[in-house]
Amino acid sequence: MNAAQFQIQLIAVLAASSCALLGVFLVLRRMVMMSDAISHTVLLGIVLGFFMTGDLASPYLVIGAALTGLLTVTLVELLFRTRLVREDAAIGLVFPALFSIAVILVSRYAGQVHLDTDAVLLGELAYAPFDRLVILGNDLGPVGIYLMGGILLLNLAFIALLYKELKLATFDSGLAVTLGFAPALIHYLLMGLVSVTAVSAFEVVGSVLLVALMVAPPITAYLLTDRLPRMLGLSVLFGAAAAISGYWLAHWLDASIAGSMAAMAGLFFGIAWLLAPQRGLIAIARRRKQQRWEFAQTMLTIHLLNHEGLPEAWQESRLEHFQEHMRWNPDFTDQVVQRAVSQRWIERVNGHLELTDEGRQRARVTLSS
Amino acid sequence: MNLLQILHDLLFDYTLRTVALGAASIGIVSGALGCFAVLRKQSLLGDAISHAALPGIVLAFLLTRSKEPLVLMLGAVAAGLVGTLLILRIVSSTRIKYDSALGFILSVFFGLGLMLLTFVQHMPDASQAGLDKFLFGQAATLLQRDVVTMMALGAIVFLLVAIFWKEFKLLSFDPEYAASLGYPVRGLDILLTTLLVVSIVIGLQAVGVVLMSAMVIAPAAAARQWTNRLGVMVALAAIFGALSGVSGAVLSSLTPRLSTGPTIVLIICNVVVVSLLFAPNRGLIWSWARRRRNRRQLHQESVLLDLYTLASQHADMSHPHTTAVLQAMSAGQTDAGRNLQALAGQGLVRAESGGWSLTTAGAEEAQRLLSAASAPAGAERISQAMQGEVGL
Repeated sequence: MNAAQFQIQLIAVLAASSCALLGVFLVLRRMVMMSDAISHTVLLGIVLGFFMTGDLASPYLVIGAALTGLLTVTLVELLFRTRLVREDAAIGLVFPALFSIAVILVSRYAGQVHLDTDAVLLGELAYAPFDRLVILGNDLGPVGIYLMGGILLLNLAFIALLYKELKLATFDSGLAVTLGFAPALIHYLLMGLVSVTAVSAFEVVGSVLLVALMVAPPITAYLLTDRLPRMLGLSVLFGAAAAISGYWLAHWLDASIAGSMAAMAGLFFGIAWLLAPQRGLIAIARRRKQQRWEFAQTMLTIHLLNHEGLPEAWQESRLEHFQEHMRWNPDFTDQVVQRAVSQRWIERVNGHLELTDEGRQRARVTLSS
Repeated sequence: MNLLQILHDLLFDYTLRTVALGAASIGIVSGALGCFAVLRKQSLLGDAISHAALPGIVLAFLLTRSKEPLVLMLGAVAAGLVGTLLILRIVSSTRIKYDSALGFILSVFFGLGLMLLTFVQHMPDASQAGLDKFLFGQAATLLQRDVVTMMALGAIVFLLVAIFWKEFKLLSFDPEYAASLGYPVRGLDILLTTLLVVSIVIGLQAVGVVLMSAMVIAPAAAARQWTNRLGVMVALAAIFGALSGVSGAVLSSLTPRLSTGPTIVLIICNVVVVSLLFAPNRGLIWSWARRRRNRRQLHQESVLLDLYTLASQHADMSHPHTTAVLQAMSAGQTDAGRNLQALAGQGLVRAESGGWSLTTAGAEEAQRLLSAASAPAGAERISQAMQGEVGL
């Protein structure tokens, strides 16, 4: 691994961590599609900022982007408040419109300048190490490291300082209002940070993949934990892992780094979706199966209890009887009986079934509950 | 360039005719299918589908080494469907919300597509050139065979919508009722979603992945404002889509360095703004005027009732009262003098030397109002109505 490779991965990890931190709150607050919209409309802010300053590296671009992010949110809310369109339709109308204006401005007026929509949408991380930060003739390393490091610190500071407020506004916005916090302010701050992160990361990962880094790690973490601090930590971990593994996948395939990072983030989610201990698909299927057996065994004990001590008990407790009475097929009946016997809920007595004390207890508890 | 010249070019200029026909077909199909998406609260599904289609296009090329539009579109449809089904599965099997699932599939599929695309682009032979036009759309590169494929697929979509019209209508407005009637709701759902996927895929090459969602939502959102009937809405959306498509194609062909996709999107967004403002009944200007009219009538009624209340204290119902008294009774909610003038114009009150008095018609009208609503009179009536209005 040479220095450039290390620097690329460092920038990618910093960007992925910034996105993952914000993403947790976007996922919990159901603002994901709004952030998708913002990640597209910041292009308009970049273009307008560029026209005013003539410089793609100007800090005013960040301000312009933050403003267009807020403009997006405001326009969506205005549209939604007319009650003539739903909120999702409002998002789907506003961002293509602003994005189209930006694309037309770029193609008509930006001319030969290095500002194309491909770069904004797709990003090109491979060139990041060549853009150096030089102060007083000293080469301090790639600009990207300082930029993304600064964004990560900004996002960390936002979450650390407003942790309590964020948590309250996210989980119980009604209570936040009554306690005198301003969830609307938090909302706009968060959207502003999404815009700033988007504009800083656009050269690195591009806007669509920014959304991948904002959604995939947090929802992966969401499958694994119920606690907010742990979700934040896991989310950063998955983001960083996707960044590094994505880089090497791209290296191996000779493909887009940002695309590979998104694909790896998706793969991590896929694995968690299958294997998560409580909420994974396999865990769910196993729990369902378990419940099915338990239900059948309980039915068996209840049936035996109902007829216990009565004249027909002998007739009712034959093995074949369950096949007719419960409509269980022979294999299933055998399995249910075997499981119940091995758990000592029932005993086999010359082809008939008898409840044990525990089985009797079990049936009574179920009936009385 | 005059209109006749444009019309001539539309008919006889190969490039413009092809692009305009293509844009019109896209507008018609996505406009019509978009109505169902918007009504079923799936506006942003179109965005996810168009992004999710990208890996399908590249995979179709990798597997067949062909750039036939039909092959690539089938790949796109397959990937779009897989993406949609995954979204539904994620939402139904975990606690992850719909918007997160949408954003996840959208961005991860797009990333995967981008990875595959760059992988293919770096392969030694050059046969893959042009696949990247699906990213941003290049209407100018549309060929006749592309447009023929688009129109054929669009015709199939329309045919199926016509055959299943009643079922889709029921599914869009009341899926539970459809299920209780014994319709195969799940199958219909998958069919309608597949048709939406096809209609989006048709447009990708010309409009691009990013802007395609607007072609789904905007015509439907505009059409919705003008009508409450599904048939009219679908027809209007198709017309809006087609008109925007053709005018966008013409405009961008007349202007240098004006890409077709964004131009079409801006035109259709303007149609939405006009519809939101001016559509009768639902439009913002209409509802504003209606609210104003209601408020004015309410104020006049309240002043009339105040005058009636005062007059009831006298043996003679036509006993006059001054504007100042009525103004005081309105508790600052309205300008009593102006309302009295208006009431006089309607013959309900009469100006006299001692102030204003009720006419016979005015007294009857006040009695009618009171018996109709048994509502509180005067200032209280206004403030209650105003609260109701704010809560609308």
